[in-house]
Amino acid sequence: MNAPEPKDAFKVVGTRPIRPDGVEKVTGKAIFGTDYKAANMLHGAIVRSPHPHARIKSIDTSKAEAVPGVKAVITGADFPSLEDIIVRMGESSGSTVDISTNIMAKDTAYYDGHAVAAIAAVTRQAALEAARLVEVDYEILPHVIEMCDAFAADATKIKAAINTVGLGEGEQGRPNASLKFTSAKGVAAAAMANAVHVVSGHYSLKPVHQGYIEPHAAVAAWKADGKLDVWCSSQGQFDVRGLTASVLHLEIGNVRVMPLEIGGGFGGKTTIYLEPVAALLSKKSGQPVRVAMTREEVFRATGPAPGGEIDVKLGADADGKLVSAEIEFQYSSGAFGGGDAWAGVMHSVNHYAIEDYKVTGWNVLCNMPKHAAYRAPGAPQINFAVESAMNDLADKIGIDPIELRLKSAVKPGDPSMMGSKFGEIGLIECLEAAKAHPHYSAPLGKNQARGFACGTWMNYGGPSTASVSLADDGSVLVTEGNPDIGGSRASMALMAAETLGVPYEKVNVTIADTSSIGYSMVTGGSRTTYATGIAVIEAAKAVINILRERAAKMWETDVANIEWIDGSAVCTDADNAGKSFTLAQIAAKAGATGGPIAFENGVNPLQHLPGYGAHICDVEVDKETGNVSVVRYTVVQDVGRAIHPAYVEGQMQGGAVQGIGWALNEAYIYNKDGRLDNAGFLDYRIPVASDMPMIDTVMVEKPNPGHPYGVKGVGEVPIVPPLAAVGTAVSRAVGKPMRSLPISPDKVYAALNGG
Amino acid sequence: MPDLAYHAPDTIKQATDLLAANKGSRPLAGGTDLIVQMQSGRVAPVAIVDLKRIASLKEIREEAGYFAIGAAVPCTSLKNNKALVAEWPGVVEAANLIGSVQVRNRATMSGNLCNASPAADSVPALVAAGATAIVTGASGEREVPVEQIPTAPGKTSLADGEFVSEIRIPRQQKGGSDAYLRSIPRTEMDIAVVGAAASIVLDASGTCTSARIAVGAVAPTVLLVEDASKALVGSKLDDAAVAKAMAAVSAACNPIDDKRGTVAYRKAMAGVLAKRVIQIARERAGGN
Repeated sequence: MNAPEPKDAFKVVGTRPIRPDGVEKVTGKAIFGTDYKAANMLHGAIVRSPHPHARIKSIDTSKAEAVPGVKAVITGADFPSLEDIIVRMGESSGSTVDISTNIMAKDTAYYDGHAVAAIAAVTRQAALEAARLVEVDYEILPHVIEMCDAFAADATKIKAAINTVGLGEGEQGRPNASLKFTSAKGVAAAAMANAVHVVSGHYSLKPVHQGYIEPHAAVAAWKADGKLDVWCSSQGQFDVRGLTASVLHLEIGNVRVMPLEIGGGFGGKTTIYLEPVAALLSKKSGQPVRVAMTREEVFRATGPAPGGEIDVKLGADADGKLVSAEIEFQYSSGAFGGGDAWAGVMHSVNHYAIEDYKVTGWNVLCNMPKHAAYRAPGAPQINFAVESAMNDLADKIGIDPIELRLKSAVKPGDPSMMGSKFGEIGLIECLEAAKAHPHYSAPLGKNQARGFACGTWMNYGGPSTASVSLADDGSVLVTEGNPDIGGSRASMALMAAETLGVPYEKVNVTIADTSSIGYSMVTGGSRTTYATGIAVIEAAKAVINILRERAAKMWETDVANIEWIDGSAVCTDADNAGKSFTLAQIAAKAGATGGPIAFENGVNPLQHLPGYGAHICDVEVDKETGNVSVVRYTVVQDVGRAIHPAYVEGQMQGGAVQGIGWALNEAYIYNKDGRLDNAGFLDYRIPVASDMPMIDTVMVEKPNPGHPYGVKGVGEVPIVPPLAAVGTAVSRAVGKPMRSLPISPDKVYAALNGG
Repeated sequence: MPDLAYHAPDTIKQATDLLAANKGSRPLAGGTDLIVQMQSGRVAPVAIVDLKRIASLKEIREEAGYFAIGAAVPCTSLKNNKALVAEWPGVVEAANLIGSVQVRNRATMSGNLCNASPAADSVPALVAAGATAIVTGASGEREVPVEQIPTAPGKTSLADGEFVSEIRIPRQQKGGSDAYLRSIPRTEMDIAVVGAAASIVLDASGTCTSARIAVGAVAPTVLLVEDASKALVGSKLDDAAVAKAMAAVSAACNPIDDKRGTVAYRKAMAGVLAKRVIQIARERAGGN
């Protein structure tokens, strides 16, 4: 692929127009998950286990079915059986079995809030009344929630079938560990023994929820012909279709998913919870059914991101260059396999060039909801430990924290932990920009301290489809398959406008349902502006070629004689030299020159590059109460090329705020009976606006040669460094290492008072 | 499903008649607690008697001896009464820490009092101010100190059919002022881990002639700490006197360990906040 165009060549890329979906959203008119209504629609309610671990001996639904207005009641027995899934899907059945089990318990409830039955009724009130009358006979089983209990060698096994994958010859697993994964290079132990400076520490993090504001909701209509229509908000209607079809044993083509607007996902809406429930209720009742979660249900049954227990040891030579890293950690994955340990390993020291390292991660099951992706899944936890240790190392050597990192930071051509060589990455540029930023050298006030951290996320590309078509008045229609969670309609419109040479306002972007365009992978992995952007740009280029052909017909010349300049076909042959037709003029004649002008394009680009961020955080600690205020915060990030700078800055700020929340206040609180004690935003404390200072942003633009306009993914990196930046700042203000998140006021108070 | 009746009377008499006639009915002012509790299934009244159409309950009256704050006056409105803000800045601040701006545009101090949460923000400030509640029922009205309204978490001394129609706060004495602070992990939209209020009167020499210190979220009901008053009255609110008051406050606390705070942290914070509200009230009262 050619090198990206220089920045000053752009006409609309890099400008900040209002997003196409903005007016509908700020006026409250946009249709989100719970807003959609179908004719004759019933209302669902879900019965959930109050026990963290219990065998379901029997379920009596007769009283529920007798409630006036109730049209259908389902339990796990109404789902295609897990045995059937295994028979049908063979080796790929594991995740479908887990997803089906998580959606509705079959013989065992694995966490407080696990769905065990569902009702559809003519009103929500009737459905709720019936839900209260479902009688479930439980045999309560021992539960395990905290990581230290779950990972113990003699822990109660929460599922008989758990086996630790990835063990060496003769090596013992752990009762609840589903994976042990190691990435190693050289001989870490020997290199550590030769290190001049060594630091080590144990770090702890609680599981956290993604905290999206919009609760999950789905409407399903099981039609008379046996086909299924679904309307829901998600991060990817195509993967909702695929997962729903797998769980329900349907052909993919018989399921059609209509995307609604999404009110935040952060990774948590890349899976499914409600769609098969609504579908089976619809099948049984013969009417469309909406199932929507309350906030309490969202906390009890969706998310979380893994908590972690992490041991890290870093060794450096006399100059401070890293020579060895030895890291071992455990991540919780809820009551199911999978998890983020692999990603944790691969993001541990992937931003440093180290000759010898050994990093081992475990996925550990516990009686919590099935873990779900959360913005840079697996990276913030390990980064908290590694970057906090880096700051300890800087203190130990007596060197500036950024100088220390510059000695080991990866640069283009260095080997990555994945085994490939890094392309045009921008970590060094970020570190230098952070060091030069006025914030980094600004004086601190009383009881204030500063923390610094840098971090990385691998980003992704992958399959996307987009089409570009023209209306006969010259309107440009871009159709794509990625839900807009961070301004991607605007980015797609800007890239299409730039390529075609038309104003941004001429471009209309639609996010199509699964039967209206080819497959696109989820909006996630910081992939959409990169991969779907390429699909849009290439489709627009194909449309330009069609326009050139049509212009050639209109001038009766060869297409080689037509150039596309600033939104017009310009003729270069002798008879008509210098004459031009605008896009609109050619579109108006489409009927006479060969028919509608449109091009649909499927791509699978994989020349994405990892992103890097460097964060500076100042906190002030109230020494009497332990309250921590973030008083100044700066995010520096290599963004490749910002297509819409305001939405790139929004990603940088939003990621930082979520990371700050994780560092200071967010945590699941379970009581001794294994029930979630803070299933709401009152006691699950995401930051509110007044908690935050203005988050300053510095966009470092080192373009990606693998994208026509230089795009690198930007959405996930910014949640990676804040945990260590905040943690280090508080540790310095308190004068003691604060290595257990969240660093809530009572913990700070205890540390200040000898705790 | 039981039907829920909604009544919107124009007079106090109609309201008391409706409450008396419908056993299991509840008065509604801002609804920021009641409606949430109904949604969650914690309460299921048969009828709602909305007080917001009763003109006299929507006013703040400035009487010679007291401010009368109607049961339907939203917390935000308190900020518009200049005399009240000048005389009882702590009460107004406390009421305007509840929930969010949107919540305070509906929520009332009477509702905050009758919800009987130990962590209610306005109640310690009202107790410190020596406020009273006018309790109205079918048999007439009675005036009781606000601290006698909540009797336990979620429970009040109100009889069936009674409601608080008005809160009365005495006019501030010369040389007097007040303050309220709470401890929360974030900056707003939270529930007090500890709340503390001080109402202080200083004479011309700066000597404290009256002190009322009240703390919330550290016992089943808001505590008025008599020993703190004793430590402060007669002093010039010097460090030693304030330290004694802090110790008295911490000692009076009888908190629980829960998701919002530990016993040890709550006791310590009650002392710290008491010190801070004493200092703020002293400055407001014109002390040094």
